[in-house]
Amino acid sequence: MSKLLKHRDIRLKQRYRAEAFFRSCGLFAISLGVFFLLVLLYSVFSQGVSAFWQTSLTLSVKLDAKIIDPEGRRANDPQIICIADYPRLLRNALAEELGVSLDDLVSLREVSRMFSFGAGSQLRDLVVKNPQLIGTSQKLTFLAASHVDSVFKGQVNLSVSETKRKLSNKQLEWMKKLAYEGILHKTFNFGFFIFSASSRPEMSGLGVALIGSFYMMFIVLLCSLPIGVAAAVYLEEYAGRNRFTDLIEVNINNLAAVPSIIFGLLGLVVFIHFLGLPRSSSLVGGLVLTLMTFPTIIIATRSALRAVSPSIRLAALGLGASKTQTVFQHVIPLAIPGILTGTILGLAHALGETAPLLLIGMVAFVANYPVSPMDPATAVPVQIYMWANEAERAFVERTFCAIIVLLMFLALMNIAAVLLRNRFERRF
Amino acid sequence: MSASGMILFVFALGGLGLFLSRARALAFESCGSRMHSRPFYYGLWTFFLVVFPSLLFFLLWHIGTNLYIEHQIFVRVSRMEMSGILHEDRVLVLRDVLKSLLQKSMVLSRNIDHDLLSFVFDFAKKVKILNVIGSLTTVFCACFGLVYGLWDTRSQKRARNKVECVIILSLIIASAIAVLVTIGILSSLFFQTVSFFRSVPLSHFFFGTVWDPRFPTTDSNVGQFGLVPLLAGTLYIACVAMLFAVPVGIFSAVYMAEYASPQLRSFIKPLLEILAGIPTIVYGFFALVSVGPFLRDLSSAFSGNGEAFIMAQSVLTAGIVMGIMLIPFISSLSDDIIRAVPYSLREGSFGLGATQSETIKRVVLSAAFPGIMAAVLLTASRAIGETMIVVMAAGVAAKLTINPFDAMTTITVKIVNQLTGDLEFNSPQTLVAFALGMTLFVVTLLMNIFALYIVRKYREQYE
Repeated sequence: MSKLLKHRDIRLKQRYRAEAFFRSCGLFAISLGVFFLLVLLYSVFSQGVSAFWQTSLTLSVKLDAKIIDPEGRRANDPQIICIADYPRLLRNALAEELGVSLDDLVSLREVSRMFSFGAGSQLRDLVVKNPQLIGTSQKLTFLAASHVDSVFKGQVNLSVSETKRKLSNKQLEWMKKLAYEGILHKTFNFGFFIFSASSRPEMSGLGVALIGSFYMMFIVLLCSLPIGVAAAVYLEEYAGRNRFTDLIEVNINNLAAVPSIIFGLLGLVVFIHFLGLPRSSSLVGGLVLTLMTFPTIIIATRSALRAVSPSIRLAALGLGASKTQTVFQHVIPLAIPGILTGTILGLAHALGETAPLLLIGMVAFVANYPVSPMDPATAVPVQIYMWANEAERAFVERTFCAIIVLLMFLALMNIAAVLLRNRFERRF
Repeated sequence: MSASGMILFVFALGGLGLFLSRARALAFESCGSRMHSRPFYYGLWTFFLVVFPSLLFFLLWHIGTNLYIEHQIFVRVSRMEMSGILHEDRVLVLRDVLKSLLQKSMVLSRNIDHDLLSFVFDFAKKVKILNVIGSLTTVFCACFGLVYGLWDTRSQKRARNKVECVIILSLIIASAIAVLVTIGILSSLFFQTVSFFRSVPLSHFFFGTVWDPRFPTTDSNVGQFGLVPLLAGTLYIACVAMLFAVPVGIFSAVYMAEYASPQLRSFIKPLLEILAGIPTIVYGFFALVSVGPFLRDLSSAFSGNGEAFIMAQSVLTAGIVMGIMLIPFISSLSDDIIRAVPYSLREGSFGLGATQSETIKRVVLSAAFPGIMAAVLLTASRAIGETMIVVMAAGVAAKLTINPFDAMTTITVKIVNQLTGDLEFNSPQTLVAFALGMTLFVVTLLMNIFALYIVRKYREQYE
């Protein structure tokens, strides 16, 4: 008996240890995945949130007629108001605030480096719109220069020697003074959503990219939803199994797995080279993304159609509806939540896609808003790519901020898809 | 009338036809005659009669006239060039002017002089006449469709059957688009690739070990287009990524499918899938700004003399970040496959006294093995075709090295590099991108087909 027991030594201790080890491996793998997700999100948000606020200066600027219009000819020549030296007005106002004499040209130059280049055009637009303001003093809020912005947000190491910094010690002193007096302060960065591309960080924004992405999503929705749904309806409801449908099915599955950059090559050859559509327009971008998205929509629609119970079809047919009436009046309406969920997820995927857009020339410096989808535009992910290649420190913050905006849109779309599914999906 | 105005007009007419035919059918019905179909179908049939033939004609006319005029321009301009009326540089100007006239129907270029102007005017007149003829015929077509449809709204007509025929036909066309896209991809890659191989021999491309395409302007000395360093870089980075992603992904899948409670699972699974929803450009920037510098600083802290042996852009950086991106692909695909293994197999194993991990290792995973292989293959094809992460994190230098801490480059990076900026479609420097794309397409296609084959074969086992 004891001999038998000895033979029955099944190394239980070791095996339980192996069990625990295996289990902890699984747990470790999952926590590794979650850890990376958190690191990614943390590094994006911690470095990007600050770009939602931009350092601005608020001070009263005297709109001196002597500087705007030294010869007093503005009544005859409206051009004068447009080309006047507005940065000088701002510089003088700031210099007065800081107690810098108007003869000290070296200091004055440093003063004028404190505010953004765009502040002058902001003032110009104001004066051109309201010429009666000339001669008065106006309280204005305008953007500070990007170096001031970075220092004010504490992103610059100030312990390095003065010559290596973009801001001198004098300017830092001024900044402290201005901040103490409440002139230098942070405002919400509306410009980030409005401005177009610019080589100056504080003046560049997502405006064109948002419009371009919007156009493209609209085109993708308009083209891929009808095509995708129609194809899925045919394959699921009408087609028998034959060579043709097999071919289509294999094609759809493959298209869903083709690398996205290949679609860029296709777009370049077919849409731009062959059909002669304008390069870097959102129309071409939208069409390329359509080709990428519609296999996804077909697959989602097919599973949504399959989930509709056959009893619905049988009931409709039994009451005398034709096949097409059954499909269009009963099956598709019931499948709509599933179709929309798939469509939103496909759109979210298309919104974040970059590689094919690079090939069709959307990597362009676009300063004007695109009026129609035929005009040159960029997209949000492409803008991220372009900012990522900029050297200036202030662009890193903006890139992360643009990523936050992109992720927010994606999160919204995904949440909408999940809600739609949970709210409207019927189980048969 | 402009094209969009024309289309709007036709649709408006179609809407009118729909309304009128439906009203006529309703009137018939109220008079007591039995109609074959519901009134709406008569309306829809008239709408189709109005819209489809006229728009089809309009489209064909538009394309046809464009081709015809372009041909005419080509012939006449080259005749003028031959006879010496036109100077060579004027020919280019003229072609530009005529092209812009055709596409935007206005003349943009300023530097045309008087004798050219008359020529351009001549052409503009011709274009206008053709356009007017096309528009008039389209309007006539639409009106005829409207009248015929109205006249044809009779009780014996099988309107519903006709409408359904049209609907099914359009469904078939929509589903054939998938095939068209594949044909489009293949042909667009194929023709450019063939013209690339006219200037660069096949063996130089497939077996060349030096990638040095030069610039398109110096076309006298064609650069070297060796695929080997790019392919090596692509496979190396994909390998590193898979080495990272496969164990993590499969272990997560096993834990989620076998160990985790339903609550934990419903919390963890979406969390991991967020990773798959993040655009790759975000991963790329994360690698460029966070991971790369972190690895570099880490290596300089470890090396002792303060020198970093890991470059900021390296195979390792790109591989790790790509691996993170691939985790959810492997984990959710494998999770589905593991859960598809019938529970009876597990129960049999438990009944024989195996622990849970032994059951998983010996029974569940071996039953799920083909499916997991397919998941790994699909993921690998994604790793090979991935672009943005490698563009930003792997570097652009085409080196042939086995040091994972060094920068290497990939096929996708070079496609992007060769095709951004100004393009000339006839230089090998541009065309090589299509040869690279063809290579990429074929490789990923084979992997996908193989994976789908395995999935299909595997699915048959338990159903």
